[in-house]
Amino acid sequence: MFGTALIVFREVLEAALIVGIVAAATRGIAGRGRWIATGIAAGIAGSLLVAFGAQALSQLAAGMGQEVFNASILGIAVAMLAWHNIWMSAHGRELACHAQEVGGEIRNGSKALSVLLVVIAIAVLREGSETVLFLYGVALSGGAGRAAMVTGGALGLLGGVLVGWLLFAGLLRIPLKWFFSATSFLVLLLAAGMASQAARFLIQADMLPSLASPLWDTSGVISNSSMTGKALQGLLGYDARPAGMQIAFFLTALVVIWAGMGWARHRLPGNHPQTA
Amino acid sequence: MSRLALALVLSAATVAFAAEGEFNVTLEGHKFTPDRIEIPAGKKVKFFVENKDATPEEFESEALKIEKVIPGHGKATIYVGPLKAGEYKFVGEYNEKTAHGVVVAK
Repeated sequence: MFGTALIVFREVLEAALIVGIVAAATRGIAGRGRWIATGIAAGIAGSLLVAFGAQALSQLAAGMGQEVFNASILGIAVAMLAWHNIWMSAHGRELACHAQEVGGEIRNGSKALSVLLVVIAIAVLREGSETVLFLYGVALSGGAGRAAMVTGGALGLLGGVLVGWLLFAGLLRIPLKWFFSATSFLVLLLAAGMASQAARFLIQADMLPSLASPLWDTSGVISNSSMTGKALQGLLGYDARPAGMQIAFFLTALVVIWAGMGWARHRLPGNHPQTA
Repeated sequence: MSRLALALVLSAATVAFAAEGEFNVTLEGHKFTPDRIEIPAGKKVKFFVENKDATPEEFESEALKIEKVIPGHGKATIYVGPLKAGEYKFVGEYNEKTAHGVVVAK
């Protein structure tokens, strides 16, 4: 039971951290609760599909279907997070003002939310499909352990959700003046980390050269299988033994999104009335 | 549709990176056979892993930077290396107690 709880917790943790950041980053936008719930639900539905289509999926792309699929959805998530951050650079001040004045919410944020719905769905899908496969395997192999499996799975899920919630609650304590800068910074790291993980899958599929692998090895300090390693992997794509190509993807995403944010801040000043 | 197109393009790209050296690995009763695989150092090789169990397994190795789900009664191709000489552990993440092995690069 404890083993099951631990594995489920590890899988849920990454998704929960991402949901926590997104939930905080969309503070002040009307109807975000419903959007986030929809994203989670879509992600769970997607995990079931991916888990039970695993055989078909892995045969695609000359046996590299899983890698291509993972790299593709990570790429989509990076694009969505980039769009969000650039949008926030233009509207962040507006959001902060509104949240301060009325404790209220702005109306025209549904575009930003639909983008983050996709990110949440992808995060839940990636970790969820592995959890489904794992639990399915346990259910198939051990008849007697089923009750223990359900309990373990639930405990793991609860633990993961709790950590995501703590991150969310912690972020909300940041003063409003700094709040959107802080969440934008986290989203920026999240996007760059996902770009690096996408590169890892393409290297695994032998579709990208690794460019010196590993570039360094910090697995003696923080291993990727430790809890800290898992959390850092979720937050910024931490890899104890990164390939040069992963670092190149990380830095490129970082610089491109950063430049986009700077551009948006100059071109679309958010403290002026918007004409949608 | 565009994802399909991407998959096709990328799969065409794999052909260009054809690798030398192929190794068969079987997973049965949540155990890998062989569980000690010797490969040449400095070369990229291919593992063909067959899962004879009914349950899915994830071939995972932090050292080898591999994470791949192998469905029950399914097969998977995994690229390994190029590696420096040394030992690299791998596990079946869903059954870590029994499913483990080591790749030895010489």
